[in-house]
Amino acid sequence: MILPNIMLDTQTNAPPPVKMSVCNLDFYYGKFHALKNINLDIPANRVTAFIGPSGCGKSTLLRAFNRMYELYPDQRATGEILLDGENLLTSKQDVALIRARIGMVFQKPTPFPMSIFDNIAFGVKLFENLSQIDLEERVEWALKKAALWDEIKDKLSQSGASLSGGQQQRLCIARCIAIRPELLLLDEPCSALDPISTARIEELIAELKKDYTVVIVTHNMQQAARVSDHTAYMYLGDLVEFGETEQMFFKPNRRETEDYITGRFG
Amino acid sequence: MRSGTVSDLLFGAVARGAALLTLALLLGIILSLIIGAWPAIERYGLGFLTHNAWDPVQEDFGGMVMIYGTLATSGIALLIAVPVSFGIALFLTELAPAWLKRPLGTAVELLAAVPSIVYGMWGLMVFGPVLARYVQQPLQAWLGGTPVFGALVSGPPVGIGILSAGIILSIMIIPFIASVMRDVFEVTPPLLKESAYGLGATTWEVIWKIVLPYTRAGVLGGIMLGLGRALGETMAVTFVIGNMNQLRSSSLFEAANSITSALANEFAEAAPGMHQAALIYLGLILFLITFVVLVFSRLLLLRLQKNEGKRA
Repeated sequence: MILPNIMLDTQTNAPPPVKMSVCNLDFYYGKFHALKNINLDIPANRVTAFIGPSGCGKSTLLRAFNRMYELYPDQRATGEILLDGENLLTSKQDVALIRARIGMVFQKPTPFPMSIFDNIAFGVKLFENLSQIDLEERVEWALKKAALWDEIKDKLSQSGASLSGGQQQRLCIARCIAIRPELLLLDEPCSALDPISTARIEELIAELKKDYTVVIVTHNMQQAARVSDHTAYMYLGDLVEFGETEQMFFKPNRRETEDYITGRFG
Repeated sequence: MRSGTVSDLLFGAVARGAALLTLALLLGIILSLIIGAWPAIERYGLGFLTHNAWDPVQEDFGGMVMIYGTLATSGIALLIAVPVSFGIALFLTELAPAWLKRPLGTAVELLAAVPSIVYGMWGLMVFGPVLARYVQQPLQAWLGGTPVFGALVSGPPVGIGILSAGIILSIMIIPFIASVMRDVFEVTPPLLKESAYGLGATTWEVIWKIVLPYTRAGVLGGIMLGLGRALGETMAVTFVIGNMNQLRSSSLFEAANSITSALANEFAEAAPGMHQAALIYLGLILFLITFVVLVFSRLLLLRLQKNEGKRA
């Protein structure tokens, strides 16, 4: 069996630096204990996938990473989430600035009610004061990164809602990339898409990890196997096993992981 | 034939009948207004709109005073009510702690349950004097000599007039606008808001740049609902506007008149003939104003949609 180059790289190189480190993280929805003592290190410039059955806490974990849960009054997190060594949960930094460093794409595409151009420019304009030319350049750059430019370069003034579902999702990814985050969180980005759009997004993820650290939550195990370098298996709020994707899929250390991956459970 | 088919046909007929009946009623009302107003329409034509006279004895009628009164009071009401309602809706959906949302929302809605005559009495006896004493008099002392603003605040400090009526109206329409705005803000998909928060937007930016554009049809609908009510409100306005047919003074504190209060005050006493026809003409104009407002809001909405970009 011939492995793709990229996989060989991950195996032969020294372990990549850690981008985000989660220590003793607990998460509560009111009284419900949704994440139990999570510990893991997310390597930089790699794709890390979270898999597990519904309700296991994968999405909750992502929402803790960018403190999105703070929008809702009865949700709270304890422990540490270190981004480049800085604990985000106790950071004195403005939460808006933290979120801008961590891009997030959701299950369903969420185009803003404005033109395609403005969808991308929206986030950029929040933090940077660019001239019109620079702004146009940035929008083009982001759309090219998200492999959307060629399809829509002639209709930038059209509504974002006029695009197809797959295009909308790539628009949302472009929107995140445009503000140049350090970490990209993808919460089941392909769950509402057809196979062709899904394939395009997966290609895109492989492309993006050159510049970004990517974390993806997915229900689709084949997808996790295809796109990720590291995989974490979660079950009922526990992190059961975390390791290199190949090892997780071929010879997992834990029996539960093997059962889930081979389809005996889940 | 199955019995279900018959009941389907029957139901369809009833539903269609109800819709057609509404249309027929609307046309009937317009028609009877035109017939009733015909003597005045024949005599004054469109000049009625700009004719500044109202003299039942000489039988010389013009609608300018009342039309101005109606538009000015409703304009002031919107000017106050829209931002306040926006604030209320924003607070209720995004900022208020959970335990406060329900009681506060109910309190705002209860404002709509207060009968308009109560607003009128309160406005005349409590609010008007306060306005005259603590707003008009200080303003007069401050702006008395200045050319434009001095005229706006002139007049005897009794607390009735365009401004009082406008403010009372604004209080009356706030619950309508606020509850519509709150409802449409609440149906904004959480993922949409989270996407914007995820890019690092603040609450204000999310509301102003995402939620408001997303809900603009509903928001505009709420504002139009309020404006419609303000234009048509009679009792409360009659109490506080002063019911004087004058346009000599541009003061916001001078007694004036509106279409609805002129109708309420004079219709019962108006002799059949030109006086009555002129009053009905006023009613027809009010009808047309609300109609124009509706059409205008539709056009505005279409324009906004165009600016957002064509929909596929």
